[in-house]
Amino acid sequence: MNRHLISAGDLSRDDAVLILDTAEELASVGGRAIRKLPTLRGLTVVNLFYEDSTRTRTSFEAAAKRLSADVINFSAKGSSVAKGESLKDTALTLEAMGADAVVIRHPASGAPRRLTDWVSGRVINAGDGTHEHPTQALLDAFTIRQRLGGGGALGAAAGHGDLRGQALDGIRVTIVGDVLHSRVARSNVLLLATLGAQVTVVAPPTLMPYAVDSWPCRAGYDLDAELRKSDVVMMLRVQQERMNAAFFPTVREYRRRYGLDVSRMALLPEHAIVMHPGPMNRGVEIAAEVADSDRSTIVAQVANGVTVRMAVLYLMLGGAAEEAA
Amino acid sequence: MTSSASAPRTRVKWIQPSEAGARGTDPGASGEGTRVSENWLITGASVTGGPGTDIHLRDGVIAEIGPGLDVPGATPLDASGLIALPGLVDLHTHLREPGREDAETVETGTRAAALGGYTAVHAMANTEPVADTAGVVEQVWRLGQQAGYVDVRPVGAVTVGLNGKQLAELGAMADSAARVRVFSDDGFCVADPLLMRRALEYVKAFDGVIAQHAQEPRLTEGAQLNEGEVASRLGLAGWPAAAEEAIIARDVLLAAHVDAALHICHVSTAGSVEIIRWAKSKGWRVTAEVTPHHLLLTDDLASDYDTRFKVNPPLRTTADIEALRNGLADGTIDCVATDHAPHPLEAKETEWAAAANGMTGLETALRVVHRAMVETGLLDWAGVADRMSVRPAVIGRVPGHGQPLVAGAPANLTLYDPAGETLVDPSAHASKSRNSPFAGRALPGGVVATFLRGTATVLDGKVTR
Repeated sequence: MNRHLISAGDLSRDDAVLILDTAEELASVGGRAIRKLPTLRGLTVVNLFYEDSTRTRTSFEAAAKRLSADVINFSAKGSSVAKGESLKDTALTLEAMGADAVVIRHPASGAPRRLTDWVSGRVINAGDGTHEHPTQALLDAFTIRQRLGGGGALGAAAGHGDLRGQALDGIRVTIVGDVLHSRVARSNVLLLATLGAQVTVVAPPTLMPYAVDSWPCRAGYDLDAELRKSDVVMMLRVQQERMNAAFFPTVREYRRRYGLDVSRMALLPEHAIVMHPGPMNRGVEIAAEVADSDRSTIVAQVANGVTVRMAVLYLMLGGAAEEAA
Repeated sequence: MTSSASAPRTRVKWIQPSEAGARGTDPGASGEGTRVSENWLITGASVTGGPGTDIHLRDGVIAEIGPGLDVPGATPLDASGLIALPGLVDLHTHLREPGREDAETVETGTRAAALGGYTAVHAMANTEPVADTAGVVEQVWRLGQQAGYVDVRPVGAVTVGLNGKQLAELGAMADSAARVRVFSDDGFCVADPLLMRRALEYVKAFDGVIAQHAQEPRLTEGAQLNEGEVASRLGLAGWPAAAEEAIIARDVLLAAHVDAALHICHVSTAGSVEIIRWAKSKGWRVTAEVTPHHLLLTDDLASDYDTRFKVNPPLRTTADIEALRNGLADGTIDCVATDHAPHPLEAKETEWAAAANGMTGLETALRVVHRAMVETGLLDWAGVADRMSVRPAVIGRVPGHGQPLVAGAPANLTLYDPAGETLVDPSAHASKSRNSPFAGRALPGGVVATFLRGTATVLDGKVTR
């Protein structure tokens, strides 16, 4: 594994499968009476969050604490230039505190990459602007493997047997919505392709990335056509700020053409699952009945988030913990 | 930073002029500044790539030029193996003074210019306060006079405060001591088509030219990097080529309609070259510049979010570079202009989106053109002289610069050693700022000497004072 986790593209297929396998083993910890492992005792993990994200921050916090790391939550809202301290100075502060790992969420694409120039600890990207969110992709891959098995004989293997060592070969994943601005989509396209899945992105042309043909996926505008041949459909959140910026005429029209409602869900193959990284706009990109249906993995994704982040911290910091011990 | 062993800088045997012999007592021919006239005999120089010849500089002019000159009393300068070019003229320099003296001053910026082989630079208007009045342009012009390294030609703002709303007093700036002829809101596009039309028309009264920063503002809101594969992968908001090309297309039509002079700043896309080529084929009064960095660097350099590569207009693709080089070679693009844009460290030591746009360029421009245009066979040294001195002087209406090196011409010239290759080390630059995109990169050649009206501003690759 690379020293840092900045992009899902940093992960080889072996790296990614190792993370999923490790998460599988760690998942059993969550079911035990004592839900803590001593693995990262004495190490400090800093959650450096420049954006509000209770969901992701608490997930990383829980993951680090279950591995017995010391956790410092460092919330630094607002642009680093407009007010207060620069990212570099914050980095130097964290460095002085002895951060072994920095988990960073930042509104600017590339901020985690810049951070690696200024800190000696490991840097984990917890979402940077419209760039990437690699641990979200890992937890999504974990969830897909959990629900559908490692690909190949779909259905037969679904949810059963030993998943260890399996990738996602041949699984057809359709990612729908604001692909242009989505860090979740970027990371998922890269990681799922690495794991052998066949990824298709569906968006109105205004929200399709300019050079999507250079991505390792197919692209289309017709959701209904893609749903019929999807094992997984992943709905992306429509950000409020897009709704009034001429990307589409009205929310109503967006819902009609790209929203996943009950009748559209019926187009999916029987085994197919519905995913959403949250937070959802119920009634916009996903209907409440769909979000709450058996096909929905949305709650499982949250639970898996902690497990997968434990695996990432364990694999990235495990060596450091041994040195410290 | 290390430099390669083949540093060419010490090739000139430069003899300290004696008090009696080298320096006369006449005031400089220009009447500007207080320096006394120098008396130089440059020997063996290759004038714009021709056979070796001698050049005698005296009283601010080229007194004589030809092989085998014998001038007792003149300070000899052995220039064998060196290329003599007319002093370079930059149409696009940010000297930052007044207001951002932390990034650059007229003094440091013009010293950098002299080291790059320049004898005249155009100081862009986006200072604080903006150069939108006769008072500010005269101040910048005077600071240039005092520094004395190059002639500083202030560029006047087109609109008050660069706000794109109201024309600045262009006539007052033209009539001022600074004799402003180039007007630009550089950094901002004059986006309002009616205002652009009026500006183009208005400056005809004093033979002015509007230098447009072609960037359609709505199409580039929040834009960070050339809209293409790299920006798409990096999650950086795209900066479409069409946003530049749309403004150029509009403005060449306006310039044609009112028969006015339009200059396009820092052309960066293949499509822009096509539009300008078409406009020129119609005989319209359109000129254009390209920066050294757009001739050599591509957007994939941003892959690690290294903010040294953040610039406006953004770095583009190899296809754009090819079109720009060919456009410069065939004359569609008239000249090279540096867009030297110094920034303090803290303006670049940030996340990409928060970083300032811009790169330094004065001290590397000629070497970059050597690499991009001469080594590739697209231009010879006469072509370089044309694109970096003659044409920019014509476009900027700069008297006394960009003239062929012949007897009687003002002694503005630079001596360039084309041999060898060294790594660029910004910490050794005279510019106050270090944001060179070429840091650590090997570039050929080096400027050995620069003369402004017969006075050496640079000798042996170092400023003379």
